[in-house]
Amino acid sequence: MDTPKRILVACGTAIATSTVVAKGIEEILKERGIQVITRQCKASEVRSLAGDADLIVTTTPVPSDLGVPVIQTLAFLTGIGKEEVIEQIISELQK
Amino acid sequence: MSKIIAELLQPSCVLLNRTYENSEEIIQAVGAELYKAGFVKETFAQAAIEREKNLPTGLPLAGGLNAAIPHTEIEHVIKPALGLVTLAKEVNFQNMVSPSESVPVRMVFVLALEQPKAQIEMLQEIASVLQNPVLVKRLLEATTFEKAIEVLRQ
Repeated sequence: MDTPKRILVACGTAIATSTVVAKGIEEILKERGIQVITRQCKASEVRSLAGDADLIVTTTPVPSDLGVPVIQTLAFLTGIGKEEVIEQIISELQK
Repeated sequence: MSKIIAELLQPSCVLLNRTYENSEEIIQAVGAELYKAGFVKETFAQAAIEREKNLPTGLPLAGGLNAAIPHTEIEHVIKPALGLVTLAKEVNFQNMVSPSESVPVRMVFVLALEQPKAQIEMLQEIASVLQNPVLVKRLLEATTFEKAIEVLRQ
């Protein structure tokens, strides 16, 4: 079995919005048979944790020079563009 | 449906159909009520205001009636609670994902979160309210606490 991909989920405080995003990603990817490990962090911690991640999903701006793909989205909170973002996440994980 | 939200909202912390000049006044008003009700420390409102400046929480929603979800570090919170403000006229918050953009907001959920990850059900319920334009509209039409709770319970 493939090693689960690691997704770093960032927001401002690592307690509110990233919780909703991490849970949302886990549930939807599980339904599609994709195992992932999510880790929540503050935007200010992204740089130091990026090295351990295959993908970063964030609701707040993070640096763009992390060497890891970054998806900035509010879709898991607002529902707007959620399908597209899920497809984008899956396609990044398959690279 | 939104059972946990309905339980966590205290009548004194639900300010409906109000008029405020800016986001700071809104957070101050709810923060003062949450403090009086014993849910947060006196430092909560100021901390949430400061956080909003650096890490804004405005969310453009599908129905065009937008929301914001101010919150702050757990050290300012005594026990989990929620405040809700609906606005008679729009107040600008900055966009969470794109802070240089203003989001005219009609609804503000102020989150008093006590532990990382512990309030997942409450947060998911809030997200599901935000994703439902019909519910948002009906919540904005509610002028009493009882009516607002009734909308959220459905």
